Amino acid sequence: MSTETRTKANTNPTYSEAFQSGVREEMTRNKGIFILGTDLVERGGHFAQVKGIAQEFGEDRVKDSPISEAAMVAAGMGAAMYGCHPIVDLNFIDFSFGAMDEIINQAAKIRFMFNKPVPLVIRATSGVALGGAHHCNSLEAFFAHTAGLSLAVPSTPMDVKGLIKTALRNEDPVIFLMHKKLSGIRGEIKGDDYFVPFGKAATIKTGKDAAIISYGYSVVTAAKAAAALELEGISVEVIDLRTLFPLDTDAINEAVKKFGRIVVVDEAPVFGSITAEIAATATEANFASLKGPIVRLGAARAPLSANPAMAEAAIPSVDLISAAVKKVMKY
Amino acid sequence: MVELDKQKALAALRQMMLIRDFEETADKLCLRGKVPGGMHNSSGQEAVAVGVLSALQPDDVIATTHRSHHHTLAKGFSAKSVMAELFAKSTGVSGGRGGSMHLAGVERGHFGGNGIVGAGVGIAMGAALGIQQLKDKKVSVGFVGDGGMNTGRTWESINLATIWKLPLIIICDNNQYAVETFVGDVTGGGDLAKRASGFGLPSFNINGQDVEEVIKYTAQARERAISGGGPTFINALTYRYYGHNVGEKGLYRTQEEISEWRTSKDPIDLYTGVVLERKFATQAEIDHMRASVREEIEEAVTFAESSPEPSITTITQGVDSGKLGVQL
Repeated sequence: MSTETRTKANTNPTYSEAFQSGVREEMTRNKGIFILGTDLVERGGHFAQVKGIAQEFGEDRVKDSPISEAAMVAAGMGAAMYGCHPIVDLNFIDFSFGAMDEIINQAAKIRFMFNKPVPLVIRATSGVALGGAHHCNSLEAFFAHTAGLSLAVPSTPMDVKGLIKTALRNEDPVIFLMHKKLSGIRGEIKGDDYFVPFGKAATIKTGKDAAIISYGYSVVTAAKAAAALELEGISVEVIDLRTLFPLDTDAINEAVKKFGRIVVVDEAPVFGSITAEIAATATEANFASLKGPIVRLGAARAPLSANPAMAEAAIPSVDLISAAVKKVMKY
Repeated sequence: MVELDKQKALAALRQMMLIRDFEETADKLCLRGKVPGGMHNSSGQEAVAVGVLSALQPDDVIATTHRSHHHTLAKGFSAKSVMAELFAKSTGVSGGRGGSMHLAGVERGHFGGNGIVGAGVGIAMGAALGIQQLKDKKVSVGFVGDGGMNTGRTWESINLATIWKLPLIIICDNNQYAVETFVGDVTGGGDLAKRASGFGLPSFNINGQDVEEVIKYTAQARERAISGGGPTFINALTYRYYGHNVGEKGLYRTQEEISEWRTSKDPIDLYTGVVLERKFATQAEIDHMRASVREEIEEAVTFAESSPEPSITTITQGVDSGKLGVQL
């Protein structure tokens, strides 16, 4: 990689390059960090998330693996218990089902049962894009439900870098979900000493009338809806949770107390979802502050279709979010 | 053939006796309701555990299965601390959080028993990767039962260990029955070492009742692993005298079959014969050894019974570090 490219990447990098930047800095600092996954060395991963890192750090620290999800996670977990800090790249989070025992039954529980931390990052892309039913799952609720796992869902290059650096400085198993539709977006990132703590939401846009609480790509859709609503005289705050466990319940409760009108948005099927957790949390804590029911928007209870229009229709659109905000404004 | 010197031979014999007494004592206590969740008795399989662990160094790593009392005792954990864990007491090796199936001591190289069939091989394989990444001179051993030889994760791990030349030894502690299913009825091809050899690693079927044979093959595998030669698969044929779980009334095998293994292939009887033949001990000394083992197990039971329960106020403690939310 040329110096020119590197400079460019550091000033206005993509979401994927922000991941590279954070990982590079931490790999330089901590020799125990290595990455294993499929197609990482030459290709740099399917979303260029580790492009050039093997060439810079050597193939001992970026290891191409066979397509063996269970063994990939087991390898990372055992090495983490031994004293390394591996990043296991599962490519698409849909593929984690092949390693669910290793993630849920093993990595998540070892600290509790054996009093031994498992410093492990499992990175994958997540969320709805093209590719159909086996490449578009939003599995956040599966992982957030499991004691012992933490879950990052960044929506900006700045947060990708800040969150991966925090994950690599700590000792917990972290599921790091990067939305595939955000891979190419550009944005500012900070330097070596910038860290985003888990469990601290960010306000993407301030507002006066209502709040949309969201994460991942839905933050982008929510921000578009908020901009459109602004033109109609409705001022909406957009909150990006950034991590789902720990969850910033303070930010959620403050929004409820401040606005009493809340819309929660993500791309996962609504039944048994993170949006359900947020709505229940807010309702239990501040029922009296709510002017009406929290509106939850998520995906249809159906596998994602390959047809682009069908896939698009399955998840909340700008119009749907705008309509939900208008609904809570009528309370 | 490996021939242990007098000191090592007597230590191996005593360790096997200790495991047998531990298991038969724990089995009775389990039937009396002292072991929450039940347990899996390893009586009959002592030579595999003692043979493998005798060939390792103290800081080598193991990860194992749901039936792992014998591996854990052979690794050097005290009968007291293992019995206390069976009782789920705070003084147990896992502080009462693990129980019979989740014995561990990660700092001492015991990466855990496991309630999930085949999972220990994966963890051991990962530890071997850690050893390789940090350039240590150690090996990691993954124990798996014959039941675990038909789960995909075992073979994913064997393949990964082979292509990356990880310092891993896979020991199939093959007691021939996956709960009630006979290994011969569910093993395509019939020969586990032959199956493993298809993955490109040295693979052996050995006599798991002969502690010195187990030591010999494990020591060779360790040497290969340490020198960068990669993993080895060892299928150690053995037999469990009791059911899959305590209290099981199995009709899936005959009393004649069990009697035959107990009377003509018992690893402790066989090695006692070797020790006597080599004149490493007299019968009186063997009897004394057995009595000292009895005493040690009785002390372990007293310790476990009198140990405090873990505090229920700790049920959510230690789930995670709680530090991810701290601004760095």
